[in-house]
Amino acid sequence: MNTEILGIVTIFFATVLFAIPLGRYIGKLYNGDKTKLDFIFDPIDNLFYKLSGIKADREMNWKQHLVALLTINLIWFLFSMLVLMNMSWLPLNPDGNPSMTADTAFNTSISFISNTNLQHYSGESGVSYLGQLVLMLFQFISAGAGMAVCAVVFNAMKERTTDKLGNFYNYFVKSCTRILLPLSIIVAILLVFNGTPMTFKGKDQFISVQGDTVNVSRGPAAAMVAIKQLGTNGGGFFGANSAHPLENPNYFTNAVEVISIILIPIAMVFALGFVLKRKKIAWMVFGVMMLGYLLLLVPTVYYEMKGSSNIAAMHVAQPLGSMEGKEVRFGPAASAHWVITTTVTSNGSVNAMHDSLTPLSGMFAMLGMMVNSFFGGVGVGFLNFYIFIIIAVFISGLMVGRTPEFLGKKIEAKEMKIATIIALLHPFLILSFTALSSYLFAHDPKTYAAWLNNPGYHGFSEMLYEYTSSSANNGSGFEGLGDSYPVSIFWNITCGIVMLLSRFLPIIGPVAIAGILAKKKYVPESAGTLKTDTTTFGIMVFAVIAIIAALSFFPALALGPISEYFSK
Amino acid sequence: MKQHILPAIKLTAVTIIFFMGIYTLFVWAVAQAAPNKGEGETISVNNKVVGYKLEGQKFSDDKYFWSRPSAAGYNAAASSGSNKGTSNPDYLKDVQSKIDTFLVHNPTVKKEDIPSDLVTYSGSGLDPDISVAAAKIQINRIAKTRNISEEKINALVQGQIQKPLLGLFGTEKINVLQLNIELDKLK
Repeated sequence: MNTEILGIVTIFFATVLFAIPLGRYIGKLYNGDKTKLDFIFDPIDNLFYKLSGIKADREMNWKQHLVALLTINLIWFLFSMLVLMNMSWLPLNPDGNPSMTADTAFNTSISFISNTNLQHYSGESGVSYLGQLVLMLFQFISAGAGMAVCAVVFNAMKERTTDKLGNFYNYFVKSCTRILLPLSIIVAILLVFNGTPMTFKGKDQFISVQGDTVNVSRGPAAAMVAIKQLGTNGGGFFGANSAHPLENPNYFTNAVEVISIILIPIAMVFALGFVLKRKKIAWMVFGVMMLGYLLLLVPTVYYEMKGSSNIAAMHVAQPLGSMEGKEVRFGPAASAHWVITTTVTSNGSVNAMHDSLTPLSGMFAMLGMMVNSFFGGVGVGFLNFYIFIIIAVFISGLMVGRTPEFLGKKIEAKEMKIATIIALLHPFLILSFTALSSYLFAHDPKTYAAWLNNPGYHGFSEMLYEYTSSSANNGSGFEGLGDSYPVSIFWNITCGIVMLLSRFLPIIGPVAIAGILAKKKYVPESAGTLKTDTTTFGIMVFAVIAIIAALSFFPALALGPISEYFSK
Repeated sequence: MKQHILPAIKLTAVTIIFFMGIYTLFVWAVAQAAPNKGEGETISVNNKVVGYKLEGQKFSDDKYFWSRPSAAGYNAAASSGSNKGTSNPDYLKDVQSKIDTFLVHNPTVKKEDIPSDLVTYSGSGLDPDISVAAAKIQINRIAKTRNISEEKINALVQGQIQKPLLGLFGTEKINVLQLNIELDKLK
């Protein structure tokens, strides 16, 4: 077999292999069971609670969970604005980088607290080391917050009637210290020994072999790269993200980083099985997610390895495949693997430039974000999937004439309304904002000429991609989109609004549904119950996801990548 | 909400100390044991630093193996790709001009043999590598410019090929900086 294909197949199986035991561990944590690592982490967590004045065993209902979540996010937002707008004179700024303007700081702050990591700045010149470290902090705690709300929903799905759903701070701190931290340390150490810098010294300078003077950006990158991958954040230290040779030095680190992207999202699915003690449910969810992932992955690898038809028309050889925007040390297969892995999860780090993907690969990347629940972001990916489960239960209940029940709880009008609103919010935000920006561009192409780096269908795709990425809290981009001053203000503000709404509403919705269901009377399974842990039901969920995605997004995709593909 | 504000502020402060402070310092401390203390490994010739081991640099002289086109101009403080769609007519003209330039400098090469990595921009603008085919196709030019036999240069290129990881996973590649440093040593 081709070594490029063998590489990604091996990485793929390694990921699933690592995810199962990690899922068991996460399940134990959220159940409050003892683990072998308690002797290290109990004292650390207790210190957290003591210093913050938190009673970690005080049970909260779903509304209290949401208030706790939103309050702490507000604090994070203010703190982030404060640092980003003042970092030029704050310490740890050896390169003398400037502070951010208000609109860029607004965008960046929301981007990082919402786990999106859309970056309308370049790491080398747009932030100080202090700024980078603050953003890295958000990579931990925004991921931890997402996992904490997921734990709340897991807890609410148990077979009982209650409004006590654990303690938010407890889930949050555990997620940060016991899951994200140890994994980040391992990944950071692997990176450091492969050449990723971890230093507080500023730029270096040398004279190259040909006699050019070259400045080299460095910094405390390894620590940030580790958590940006593990927490489905994706915000890189350098402008080129994981395509940068210092951020991703070789094929081995590429394997480590790409596994880190999707490791926790997969493990969360298995954790669900361990929390509920119903492994079949977890396998149903895993099966649907994996099917969707593979359906996007396989054709993307094919098209990238096949190469660009436009380059082929110029009669040069493409022995590797499409190489525009790619690095030789990864090659098209590993790049395509990363493209889909980073877009189905809400990671958004890149090891190749998505703007330069062949048209259909660009579409599959967008589809990954449009569905946003084939594994999805840490914690929140499952919440999106939960919405689709609720809708699938309701529809299949109606189809076969059985009471729509999920895990012994009746699904009624209120839950369905919330689920529908949340399911439609994502397409609504993407399409309405893409329509707005297209309208502006089409009516005054001169003023907005700096927006697009490519003409025609591909230019439309750049705008569509930007809002898709914002709404999916992904953060990758068709980076040709002109997000530099002054046209940047439009993108900073609109993307900021989209990220904010699409982070918190899709958390509030599922937590509300789960909270309402948890309080309902538990109805034991009977012959009349719709079985939800079967392949048939899995297919039903997949159909719901596919139909919603197709109906919402096909017209927009037809105007962008599909037209580009057929027009040559 | 009120009862959550104070714990939220305090908890944020603790996470700042722990994740911004202690975690960062821990990784930094470990990095002191890494190659060049985590400051980035450099390559020196005659005790003078001529480059970073991992980062590509510009090679456009006929006497050196060329590196890949860079949208960042090999500026290691402003990494970037071209972000051009492969259907963009201006971009395709740009690629065509790169092909033409290459053919002018390498008159013995047939267009069909030019591997695309030599005429397309890398993702980071700092790609340190080229494919094996991209190195081999330049051997004739280098041999003529330097007046060294093709066999000798071919042997050098063969020796510089980096196999896939464990011989099994990923691409074959050649580090351009190392290749050119070795090339300068050839007599």
